[in-house]
Amino acid sequence: MGVAAESQRERALALDGLTRRYGERTALAEVTLTLEPGLTLAVLGPNGAGKTTLLRVLATLLRPHAGKVAVLGHRLPAESWAVRGRIGLLAHEPLLYRELTARENLRLHATLHAVPRARVAQLLDAVGLARRADEPLRTLSRGLVQRAAICRMLLADPDLLLLDEPYANLDPGVQAALTPLIGAGAGKTRVLVSHDPAGALREADLVLGLSRGRVSFLGSPSELDDAALRGLYA
Amino acid sequence: MYGKGLRALSLTTALAVALTLAAALYWAPNDAYLGFLQKIFYVHVPLAIITLCGFVAAGLMAIAHLRTGDSRWDVRSYVAIHISLIFGVAVLITGSIWARGAWGHWWVWDDPTLVSFLLVMLLYATYQPLRFAIDDPERQARYASVFAVTAGVFVPVCFAVVRLGPSYVHPRTLDNVNSNLPGRMQVVFYLALVSMTLLWVTLWRFEITAKHVAAQLRALRGLLTEQADDAPARRSAAPTLTGVGSET
Amino acid sequence: MRRPRTLAVVAALLRAQLRLELRTFEALPAMCLFVVTAFVLFHFGLNVDALSGNLASGVLWVTLLLAALLAINRIYVADAEQGGFDAFLLSPAERVALLGAKTAVLLVYLAVLELIALPAFAILLLEPSLWQALPGMLGALALGDLGVAVIGALVGALAVRTQARDLLGPLISLPLLVPVLICAASWSAPLFDYPHAAGVAVRWPAILALYDALFGLIAFALFDFLVED
Repeated sequence: MGVAAESQRERALALDGLTRRYGERTALAEVTLTLEPGLTLAVLGPNGAGKTTLLRVLATLLRPHAGKVAVLGHRLPAESWAVRGRIGLLAHEPLLYRELTARENLRLHATLHAVPRARVAQLLDAVGLARRADEPLRTLSRGLVQRAAICRMLLADPDLLLLDEPYANLDPGVQAALTPLIGAGAGKTRVLVSHDPAGALREADLVLGLSRGRVSFLGSPSELDDAALRGLYA
Repeated sequence: MYGKGLRALSLTTALAVALTLAAALYWAPNDAYLGFLQKIFYVHVPLAIITLCGFVAAGLMAIAHLRTGDSRWDVRSYVAIHISLIFGVAVLITGSIWARGAWGHWWVWDDPTLVSFLLVMLLYATYQPLRFAIDDPERQARYASVFAVTAGVFVPVCFAVVRLGPSYVHPRTLDNVNSNLPGRMQVVFYLALVSMTLLWVTLWRFEITAKHVAAQLRALRGLLTEQADDAPARRSAAPTLTGVGSET
Repeated sequence: MRRPRTLAVVAALLRAQLRLELRTFEALPAMCLFVVTAFVLFHFGLNVDALSGNLASGVLWVTLLLAALLAINRIYVADAEQGGFDAFLLSPAERVALLGAKTAVLLVYLAVLELIALPAFAILLLEPSLWQALPGMLGALALGDLGVAVIGALVGALAVRTQARDLLGPLISLPLLVPVLICAASWSAPLFDYPHAAGVAVRWPAILALYDALFGLIAFALFDFLVED
């Protein structure tokens, strides 16, 4: 223990041989990487490569079947309870009830996360949703719903942001509006899954390429030339 | 090494069953009231006891599975329920024949054992469809175990509640007709109990062994053809074993 | 990082679900309509104008049980389809709070249902007066509803994330609910006797309460395994 444990505690992510199976198939196999706090990890790869599975394991929604996973210095799944609430997940779905308003949804989540109600109003203002916070989500455009989902993610002021294609189907105007909250400048540790390699590489400090659950590339964006990039999606 | 001692077990079981049949048919006296038909009692009651114990045992194995996450406990639980279901059908059939002979009807609501059995079987009949309806093998095993524990608790409770039910002020039970078994009948009864238990355990171990062997074959085939990860998973209600390791 | 108080979570989840129901009317109207229709079916099927005693008790309780199945199928659907499970699991809230909330939801639904079902039953099929039976009935309804709610919350969670959720929910629930039916129907039967008979055997409340407690414990112990992956 001693020094090694200390440095492990400071890391945002420490994965060692992470494996997750789906019956006889492997969703993730021997994924190993470390990520320092405040940095951004971009996860690239074709469909079915295991990107979403990786995010769900980091979010404590799935248990690792083998290997070691440490998020924010805590081992999963043994110490999951210590990190839940410090991790924010932005998934494909907003994870909000369509028939409830943004405010009602967020107040529910505020209770779930033991966060004061005032924070709900604060976040709604920050994303520019205050005016339409009292209309059912199903009447809002996808961009507005995504903003509500971002509020949900940020309610407990998480230290780690897990972003699954956050800008998909959003116009550039909305993207620009959201960047201060969830972009590189937000100052948080981020894991970013994206099908837009160019955009992801611009923000990334570390790039992980996944193919059929296995690591196909791990390094800085500068090491990833065009040929290697194409190879990731082969 | 799977299947250790299976041959010895099978031989013992075959002997026990043969001995029981012989004793029941030729050695035990005919019942004064029901005659030859009473002998079905030697099949029906032990089967019933073993079936219920099997369901409860499956619940205990399911608890082990939930606590350890070891899929081998899930296989044991699955097979236990499987075998008990088959035995349970035999219980209902033999009970029906008995009812016809003793009281003139193929089904009587007066017998709390039969009625409880019907309820228990109706519940466990949903086990396989439940498993089949879940794609993810790990979740399938976990949900099946939750079901097995709930149902395992339900078995004794159901019997208790049904017995207390209103129509059972004067129940017509197999036990009533056959209480105070005279010497020879008692011997044959216990013999039947032992041989049915052996039969259940033998079948249980056979099926588990078969599953493990099939899984090992699959794993070997996968290694040879390097196809394992790409093979589209066929939906199956049976638990998945990875074929890794060689312990029973 | 603070963990929320479990009761506060249960209350918040209950409020959200009831709000959803008020906006979508997915469960309650169907349940109420089903119950009234079922009474009409029983009239034609049994070819009687009025019921009393055992028959009345049985018809009422079987109808209530079948209506409850409609609710058991619906209470988790919004969570399964709109990511409610994930959202809940991401939070540091106690998992059993979800079980508590869904049990409470079912209790509310059943209470509202009975507000409609009992008068309908009295008008359409019941021969003796409902008012005389009502004080005794309240106990039977309370404990019976609790049993249905607890088992429904457990089985609903089991069935909702399967492919055949609409079939499996009822098929698994019904055998588990038979003891509740036995106790509740036997408890109510003397209340519906005509002329009015007194006395409820004390064993029915006792057995029903024990059954509810037992399966409440089971649900409490097993619920985590149903929601966590």
